[in-house]
Amino acid sequence: MTPPVRIAQLSCGPEYSGVQQEINEAAKSVNGEIFFPDIALKDIIKDFNEFGLDVRSPDLKLAIARAKALVEGRIDADAVFIATCFRCAEAAIVRNELRRYIHTHSKLPVVSYSFTERTTAGTLLTRMEALTTIARRRALLAREVQEGITLGVDSGSSTTKAIVMKDNQIIGTGWQPTTEVLQSARDVIAHALTEARIKREEIDAVGTTGYGRFLVGRDINADLIQEELTVNSKGAVYLADRQHGPATVIDIGGMDNKAISVQDGIPGTFTMGGICAGASGRFLEMTSKRLGVDITELGPLAMKGFSRNVPMNSYCIVFGTQSLVNALAAGSSREDVAAAACHSVAEQVFEQQLQEVDIKEPVIMVGGTSLIEGLVHAMGELLQTKIMVPKHSQYIGAVGSALLASGFIRER
Amino acid sequence: MAKVFIYPATSLILSDLVARYGHTPLSSAIAIRERVQTAGIESAPLQITPEEPKKGLKWAAVEVPSGVRGRMSLYGPMIEECEAAIVINDADLAFGCMGCARTNELIKFLVREKGVPRLDLDYPKSEEEGVQFVAAIKRFLDGLGGGR
Repeated sequence: MTPPVRIAQLSCGPEYSGVQQEINEAAKSVNGEIFFPDIALKDIIKDFNEFGLDVRSPDLKLAIARAKALVEGRIDADAVFIATCFRCAEAAIVRNELRRYIHTHSKLPVVSYSFTERTTAGTLLTRMEALTTIARRRALLAREVQEGITLGVDSGSSTTKAIVMKDNQIIGTGWQPTTEVLQSARDVIAHALTEARIKREEIDAVGTTGYGRFLVGRDINADLIQEELTVNSKGAVYLADRQHGPATVIDIGGMDNKAISVQDGIPGTFTMGGICAGASGRFLEMTSKRLGVDITELGPLAMKGFSRNVPMNSYCIVFGTQSLVNALAAGSSREDVAAAACHSVAEQVFEQQLQEVDIKEPVIMVGGTSLIEGLVHAMGELLQTKIMVPKHSQYIGAVGSALLASGFIRER
Repeated sequence: MAKVFIYPATSLILSDLVARYGHTPLSSAIAIRERVQTAGIESAPLQITPEEPKKGLKWAAVEVPSGVRGRMSLYGPMIEECEAAIVINDADLAFGCMGCARTNELIKFLVREKGVPRLDLDYPKSEEEGVQFVAAIKRFLDGLGGGR
C-alpha cells in the first residue's frame, strides 16, 4: 500500500472548534496523514522572533515556529495545511503570511483554510485531495500532451460537460445543465461520442472531475477520478498553451470559485471559496433571469453598460438581488445593471479570494462564466491586466480529465 | 475552602499551589478530566465537539471566532463558579499557556467583572522575584480563609 502523504498542520483553534476530527478524516480519506510538527519549547520564541510578525496568540506563535522548522528542513513533510478560525483578524494575517512564506521558500504544496464549527470533512475533501495529489502525483500532473483516445467528464454543480480527445485534439463535446447527476453525465457523453464519431469501446481511458466525480467515475468505470483544482489547472494551461512558467487560473463556478497560482501546470497555492453565493456564477444566472435574457446574452449586454451607475456589492445573493431589483425599479438601464452584476461578482472574488494567491501573469479565466464577456472585462479591470480566455474554456475540467487520463493508457 | 480560578488555566504549577494551600483550583485540567471520564467520549485529552462553540455563545457572540467560543465553553462555567481568582500576566510558555489571545482578553475581563477576590501578578523574572511570587500567592490563598 502507498504510504500516506504526511501533511503538517499549522493551526490555531480547530480542536476548540470541534473540527480537528473533520480535518483528520478529510486527510485520511485521500490517504493523507495529519501531523503536528514537533518542536522544542525553546525554539518557539526564537523562531517567532526571527520571523518578525509580532502576534499575541501563543498558538499562532507556535504555528509560525512550525512553519520555520518546515521551511528550514528541520522537519520533513509532504504538504502543509494551514487552518485558523474564520473571522479572526490576527489569525488571518498569520495564515496569509505563512502561506506566502512557505510557498516562496519551499516546494511544499500548501493550502490554507478558515473554519467555523460547521466545517465538515466533506467541505475539506477537495482541498485535501488536491494537496495530496500535488504531493504524490507530480508525474501524472507533468503530462503535457494528450495521447490515444480519451474521454473526460466534468460533473459540476451547475452543468455537466464531456470531451472526447484524440491525438491531442478535441474531437467531441457535450454540455448540459446538471439535473440527475448520472443521467446528465450519460447524456453529455453520448453527445460528445456522437460528435466525435467514436464508439464507447474505442475509448482508451476515462477521467472524471467535479462534484459528481465519484458517482460518475464509478458508473463509467473511470481510470482517473480527480478533484477539479489540479484538473482545471492542467486544463487551463494546456488550452492556453502556457504549460511552462507561472500562471494564475480563475474559475468562477456555479457553487464555488477557484483561484489557483500555477507553476509549470502544477498548483502551488490555491483557494476555493463557496460561502457566499453573491460571488458565484449562480448570481449571474439569477441576474440574467431577472433581466429576461439568456445567460449567453448577459456578457454582451454588460459590455454596453457602466457598472459605476448602479451600486451593487454584496457577498450575499439575496442582498445582491435586492440591489438589482432596486436599481431596476429606480430606472437604471438593463445594460448598467448587467455590468454592475458582473463587476460585483468580480469584486467579491477579487476581495475574498485573489488576495490569498499570488497573482502572476498570464491570468487565465476558465469555466462557463469565462464566456460572460462582461465578467472577464470586470476582472481584467480589477487586476489591471488582460485576461486570457482560451478556446473551449467552458469545458476546462473535462479537457483536463481527458488530458490526464491519457497517462493511464500506457500503464494498462 | 474556596474555588479559585487560575490563569493561565493550563498551569499545573499554579493548580498545584492552590490545592496545596487547601483550596479547589478551577483549571483546564478539570475540564479535560470531565471530558475523558464521560461515557461515549473517544479521544483524550481534549474532546470538543462542534456543540461546544455553540455553548460558548453564552459568553461570546456568534461573530466571535469558533475557537474563542469553544474555549469559553470550558472556561466560562469555571469563571461563573469561582469564588476567587489568580491571574498571572506574561507567563512563560512553560508555566502554562493558553493559545488564543482574544480568549485570554475575554477571560481576564470576565474574571474582573465577576468581582471576586483577585490576585494579579506578573510572572517572575528572577529567583528572588520567584520567591516573592510564591509568597504572594500563599498570602492571597491564606487570606481567603477555610484553607489549610
